[in-house]
Amino acid sequence: MHGTFSAIGFLTRTRRPGRIDMTDILSWLWLVGGTLAVLIPVIWAGLSSLKPEAEITRFPPTLLPRAAVQVEVQGFDKPLSLWNATVDGEAREMAMVRRIGLKAQMVDPKYPGKPVSVDTRSISPVQRLTVATENYTDPLTRFNFLTFLKNSVFVTFVATLLTLIVNALAAFALSKYRFRGDTAIFVLIISTLMIPLTVVMVPAYLVVVGVGLVDNLWGVIIPTVASPTGVFLLRQYMLTIPDELIEAARVDAASEFRIFWRIVLPLTAPALAVLAIFSVLWRWNDFLWPLIVLSSRENFTLQVGLNAFQGEFSVQWHYILAMTFLSLVPVTLVFLFLQRYITTGIAGTGMK
Amino acid sequence: MSSTPQASWRLHVATGGTDMAGATGFADRALDLAMAVVEAPINAVERLIGKRRMPYLFLAPNLVLFGIFTFLPIAIAVGYAFTGGTELLISNRPFVGLDNFRTLLSCESYLVPGSCEESLFWTAIWNTLWFVGFNVAATLLVALVTALILDRAIAARGFFRAMFFYPVLLSPVVIGLIWKWFLDRNGLLNAFLQMLGVPPEIFLLEVGWSRFFVVVVSVWFHMGFYTLILLAGLQAIPKDLYEAAAIDAATPSRTLLRITLPLLGPNLIVVLVLLMIKSVQIFDEAWVLTNGGGPGTANTFLVQYIYQMAFAGDLRLYGLASAASVLMGLVLLVLTLVQLRLGKKAES
Repeated sequence: MHGTFSAIGFLTRTRRPGRIDMTDILSWLWLVGGTLAVLIPVIWAGLSSLKPEAEITRFPPTLLPRAAVQVEVQGFDKPLSLWNATVDGEAREMAMVRRIGLKAQMVDPKYPGKPVSVDTRSISPVQRLTVATENYTDPLTRFNFLTFLKNSVFVTFVATLLTLIVNALAAFALSKYRFRGDTAIFVLIISTLMIPLTVVMVPAYLVVVGVGLVDNLWGVIIPTVASPTGVFLLRQYMLTIPDELIEAARVDAASEFRIFWRIVLPLTAPALAVLAIFSVLWRWNDFLWPLIVLSSRENFTLQVGLNAFQGEFSVQWHYILAMTFLSLVPVTLVFLFLQRYITTGIAGTGMK
Repeated sequence: MSSTPQASWRLHVATGGTDMAGATGFADRALDLAMAVVEAPINAVERLIGKRRMPYLFLAPNLVLFGIFTFLPIAIAVGYAFTGGTELLISNRPFVGLDNFRTLLSCESYLVPGSCEESLFWTAIWNTLWFVGFNVAATLLVALVTALILDRAIAARGFFRAMFFYPVLLSPVVIGLIWKWFLDRNGLLNAFLQMLGVPPEIFLLEVGWSRFFVVVVSVWFHMGFYTLILLAGLQAIPKDLYEAAAIDAATPSRTLLRITLPLLGPNLIVVLVLLMIKSVQIFDEAWVLTNGGGPGTANTFLVQYIYQMAFAGDLRLYGLASAASVLMGLVLLVLTLVQLRLGKKAES
């Protein structure tokens, strides 16, 4: 009883209890409209990615993936297409043998006998719900998409791991020690927040060429590992860890690295989780930097590969949309399960 | 549970007692192994240099990477801007003084890109300015309205907040492609228009429509992020102010204008500047959506200009691209300083 009551109370909650005024209705319209605006293009692309090649450019489009049905009919070598037709005043599904002008020769697929002649203006193709899984399997086998996928997973995983370690070490030094130049170094690191990649991309490319990492996945990974946002986030969190814990460990003759690894790092887990989520999103979605660094196809990440693919096969939307959707899946899963961490992370640090 | 007493102590510390053990056994052992390999040499260094100098060691990987991939490029960028030719190595590049800047900035009239020596640069600048203007206004308006609504005690608030936020996480390439398909000649928008009796339109091949939809897509992509920041600001406004206003029988519009907006002001300005900084750097989603800045150069923006001069085709005009980067960097620096100044004011 109580559960039902609170559910109703929840759904009908308004600004002033018991009254629904105009602003409530307008608010709802805005929110529902916005939700539809977010979802419709995404869902539309998802549904389209399941359509067979012949169906995807049909206009006006059908909502669900459907395809014309073909049947094997005894006495005919090739499969015949199935149509809804009216024969002798009776609606039936007929297979088309051939088409001559406005007349079509049709047979009943179950009792193939002598073809009957039907007016083509009165017939319509039989369509069934079909999922074109080949849109997904073909690019993975025939084109390089499996390689792109592998590269993206590698870059995302390795870069995130290195980001966590390198920035946690720096944050540890900047939060738990007093040493000469500590403030200066912190300010120096944070100041790099102000320099966007778009400004330094030309010379950064030169540096990557100089260290021999051009057209190499490590050239995508290493320049982005040191992250001012990461240092800042982890340092602020480590400042809240009581120094007494560290002092106690020193009394027990623990080495400084052991203190970092065994005490500080485990206690920083929540902040590390937030940074890891962001790092995964950054790397998985990154486009401009890999586009500049990588030049040969076998090194492309998924985003660069998708872009190249849509340039070359601009008419093959069934493949493009399937691969687009595939690259959307991990991010959507992250969103569904970790949405709360991300929103608190943004509200807390203003990073993206 | 964990295998050794020590490991279980660590888990206990890590998760505050409510650990999710079980599956962690294997990861634990792997970590212990990694630890054993890494710890010995680091401890040797500690004995060598002493505990006091250890923070420098911990900072070293980070600072080395920052030095090589952030500070060095900044220094080089400035050097590049004063050299010409198509060589990559700076030692092989002829010094040309201010020539690159002269090329970029010589114009009969800055309002007419065609009259400039480097007309594409000025086309890109004007496209970027128009985009920044419309995009900042539209995003700010939509984000503010959404944040104000989500701040109310409305049902299913968490769900709606999550929905508006979802596009922020998507990749710009994916967003470009999804919208390209939505706006296609055979796309859903044209199907809907046909139902209303409007003839279909190839939106992305028409100058006006393509510019309009670049802004639409940008708002769709980023508004959730700014909504979240504004919402955090709104929720920090003390609730007793609203109670006091209610006692004084203030109308909702008066409450909005006299309490909400003034108290949100600092947040609004921070969002505004942040939006400008991000908008000036528009590239990824617009590049994919408009097939590289089309139709013609209608959607060629500043970052795309830099990218094209340096990397696309065989131009390799690194000097010109760097000069353009330096100019853009200066604009962004000014905007960032304004943001920091205002952010400090907002905090106090």
